Formats: sequence, C-alpha cells, structure tokens
Amino acid sequence: MSVIKAEHLTFSYDGAEEVLSDVSFALEPEETVGLIGANGVGKSTLLKILVGLLPGYRGTVEVGGLTVDKKHIRQIRELAGYVFQDSDSQLFLSTVYEDVAFGPRNYGYAEAEVDRRVMDALRQVHMEGLRDRQIYRMSGGQKKLASIATILSMEPQIILLDEPSGALDPRNRKNLIRVIREMKGTKIIASHDLDMVWDTCERTLLLSGGRLIRDGRTKEILADEALLQTHGLELPLSLSHG
Amino acid sequence: MDRLQEAIAALHAVDARRSESRIDPAARLIVCMAFSLTTVSFGKYDFCGLMGMSLFLVITAIWENISVWKGLCRLRYILAAVALLGSANLFYDRNVIFYLGGLPVTGGLLSALTLCSKGIFTVLAAYFLLYLIGMPGICRALRRLGIPGGAVTVLLLTWRYLIVLLKEVRRMWQAYGMRAPGQRGVRMRAWGSFAGLLLLRSMDRAETVYQSMLLRGYDGEALREPAGRAASGRSILYVAAWLCVFIFLRWIPLFRLAGRLFLS
Ligand SMILES: Nc1ncnc2c1ncn2[C@@H]1O[C@H](COP(=O)(O)OP(=O)(O)OP(=O)(O)O)[C@@H](O)[C@H]1O
Ligand SMILES: [Mg+2]
Repeated sequence: MSVIKAEHLTFSYDGAEEVLSDVSFALEPEETVGLIGANGVGKSTLLKILVGLLPGYRGTVEVGGLTVDKKHIRQIRELAGYVFQDSDSQLFLSTVYEDVAFGPRNYGYAEAEVDRRVMDALRQVHMEGLRDRQIYRMSGGQKKLASIATILSMEPQIILLDEPSGALDPRNRKNLIRVIREMKGTKIIASHDLDMVWDTCERTLLLSGGRLIRDGRTKEILADEALLQTHGLELPLSLSHG
Repeated sequence: MDRLQEAIAALHAVDARRSESRIDPAARLIVCMAFSLTTVSFGKYDFCGLMGMSLFLVITAIWENISVWKGLCRLRYILAAVALLGSANLFYDRNVIFYLGGLPVTGGLLSALTLCSKGIFTVLAAYFLLYLIGMPGICRALRRLGIPGGAVTVLLLTWRYLIVLLKEVRRMWQAYGMRAPGQRGVRMRAWGSFAGLLLLRSMDRAETVYQSMLLRGYDGEALREPAGRAASGRSILYVAAWLCVFIFLRWIPLFRLAGRLFLS
C-alpha cells in the first residue's frame, strides 16, 4: 500500500492561475524521493498540500491511507512532519531545547519522554551541544538543523523536507546528507540542489509549469542534460565534471 | 538597534521561563490576582495601610531571588506613566488633612502617593508573575482555572505576534539602514511604506509561525499539562497562606496603627 498518493491533484492559490495541474504519483513506505524543479514551480505548495496546510485542492490526496481533509488532519500531522523552507517560520521559541520539545509536549508526553525525544532528535542532527543555545543567536545553517530536529522529535513516519540544504556550508551539507540517509521513514526532499538529491534519493519527481514532467530513477533523470535544461535546471556538479 | 535586540531577548526570556518550583502556576496566578485586587481596594487616603502590602513583594523578591531593581528599570516607562497619572490628583484635592512635622499634607498629595503605589505594586506583581512562570505558564494557569481554550490561544498568539513583529522591525530596520547610511531613523517620506510593509510582513510571518505550531500538534484548544498533575499540597498552602496575609493586611490596620503612634 502506498503511504502517499496523489491523483489528478490540481491547485491554485486564488482561483486564478493553476500552480499545480493534474499531478499524480504514489510513494511506497521507506522510499526517499527527490522533488525537483526551478524556482516557483510549486514544490513547497505540493508539500504543504500533503500536510493539510492548503485545503481546497482538487483531485485526491491520501497520506497514510487517510484522505487529506479536516477530519483526518490531526492524525495526518502526527504521521507526517514538514520542515519549512524558511527556518525562522519553523522556530519560534527561545531556545533549541524548548522548540524541539514543543511538538512532543503538545502530544501530551510525560517530561521524561519529552526529554528522551528531544535528545534523540538533537543527536540525529549532531546538535546535542547546542541544546540550550538561544535561537536568535544561531547561524542560518544551525537553525536549519534545529528545525529538522523539531520534526524528528515527533518521530514521524513521513518527513517532508523543503529545500533543506539552503544556507548550509559544505561541511554541514555533507552532515545533512548523512542525517537524511540515517533517518527512518518515507521522505520527500524538495530541492534544486541536484547534487544532494543525487546523493540521497533513489527516485525523483520533476515538476515544471505546474505539471509532473517525469517520475523515475534519479540516476536517469539527473543525467539527462537536455531534459534538465528545458526545465530550467542544470546537471549536478558531480556529473558535469566527469 | 541594540534596544530592539534587548527587547526581543527580554520577551524570549519570559517565553522560555518554565517554573521549576513545585508551586503550581495556577496558584501563583490566583495569589497575584488576589494581591492586585486587595491592593486596588484600599481607600484613597489609606497610604499607610497600603504600604503593608509591600510585604508580599519583598518576600517574593527575596524568596525567589528576583532583582527588584532590574524589574524597576525594565518597567521604567510603564511606571513613569503610572506616576504621571497619579500626580494629577495633586491639583484636584488641596485640603490639608494633617501636618507632618509642621508641613501640611494635602489630600491630593496623599491620594497621589496612594494611587502611584497601587500602580507600582500591581505592575510589579504582574512582572514577578511573568518572571516566575512565563507567558506559557500564565496561559496554562488560565486554562486550569477554566478560561476557554480559544481565549487563551488568542492571548498566546498575541504574545507571539509581538515577538514576530519586533523581529520583523529589526530585520527591515537593518535592511533600510544598510541603504541609507549615516541616517538616524527612518525618513518621514519612507514611513508610510515602512509601516505598511511591516504590517504585511509580520502578519505573513505570524501566519507561518501559527502553521508551524499546528503542524506540531498544537490544536488551538488545550495547552497540555504534562500528564497527571494534581494540585499539590504545597500550592494549596501557598494560596491559603497568602490569602490570610492579604485579609489581615487589608482589615487589620497594622501600619496605620503604627503610623498613628508615630504621628501623635
Ligand atoms: N501564499 C501564496 N499566495 C499566492 N501565490 C503563491 C503563494 N505562495 C506561493 N505562490 C505562488 O505559487 C507558485 C509556486 O510557489 P512555491 O512556493 O510552491 O514554489 P517552489 O517550487 O517552492 O519555489 P522555490 O524553489 O523558490 O521554493 C509561485 O508562482 C508563487 O508565486
Ligand atoms: Mg519552495
């Protein structure tokens, strides 16, 4: 059974221009999928629809076998975590610890369990040392890792990452790639960092002009220079050199 | 923009505060409200009686290790406003009530002093409460006392919006300052668009922050307590003891008696 399924998904923000039109795909459990496309093609929009932030789409969307609608919203959000493209939206409490603990506390876990989850999540992104750091004193890259931890602490089965490698220096980017590889569950990574997609995803979805242009093996799609260029992307660096 | 940074840090500090003490936030909230009500209920010439209420502030400050001086500095603008309002009384009521070592004390002076003290006491008590249990603590306490979840959420979101707004101001200020070197503040002509943009941007951001809260299980209703907490004996004792003290101070004019003794 697929964990995420979209059929004939169509969406527009204000009823005018369609941001997504007739998008269909399905994801199996434990798959890691790259969602690529130029700026403004609707990557973030698609991920937000999956976690129920943008109601009023047309077509069918199911997450964990549940239709994405008002009735299932709470269950779906417990199942699927979304990491915002902009970390400042994700993090709003004062310290890293507080923010990472926000989710588990909302689900009513006892403080000992909350603590275990927070420390686990911070360990996964290699930030145990920064647990008491005040968020407004952190760098963009640190904030990114912290915002991933705020989702990991809820131990979701599905993780949606929106442009995770933005703001990361090469070392933290490598670190992130390792983190993504180690994370359990189904993952969608929306990015135009094709190198990272190349390193982490078996399968890739290519969006362009609101349509799903390709759905297939990463190795094939990302090696197709002509295809990428028509849709405003470029070969991953690791390929263009060799 | 050090001031802004400072304000954001202060708000965040209040945000982060979780009471480690074993006294329930709800108990503290009750005591704080009882204190404020008692303080306000003193007669307008009952300055000496009112001074007795400072006992609560002094003991709380010592017990919880709060720096009153820092508090007064932080609250200086609010306190100045309180003083200004209170001093209006000076001009209304010029009857001499008694002489203090030969100097006439008018009703206006006495009531101005009383009013100012009332203001300062209640503001300080509110500050102590915020300092001790933080904004989330206050919201949790309100929930516990049966205030509807919707109302509490609005309060919490207003608080968050304040932080978001300040951060947005700082960000835009920096962007503006970068392109207008050597200029202090925002120029008159730019103010309109600055303010408009600020409103839009901060509302946008507040919206995404709210979305991020929703995505992490905040259901807009309950602010969840860590499972299984009943009112502790300590909290009940805390409330009962302070209520007794307040009643005693309000109805038994200890300080006034002392004052009489001193004046006669
Ligand atoms: N809140 C909104 N209201 C109206 N239109 C929006 C809104 N958010 C995004 N859009 C529009 O929808 C389209 C898709 O935006 P989206 O953010 O999903 O793109 P993206 O693929 O994530 O881009 P990027 O790579 O820059 O993050 C864009 O044309 C954008 O202008
Ligand atoms: Mg995006």
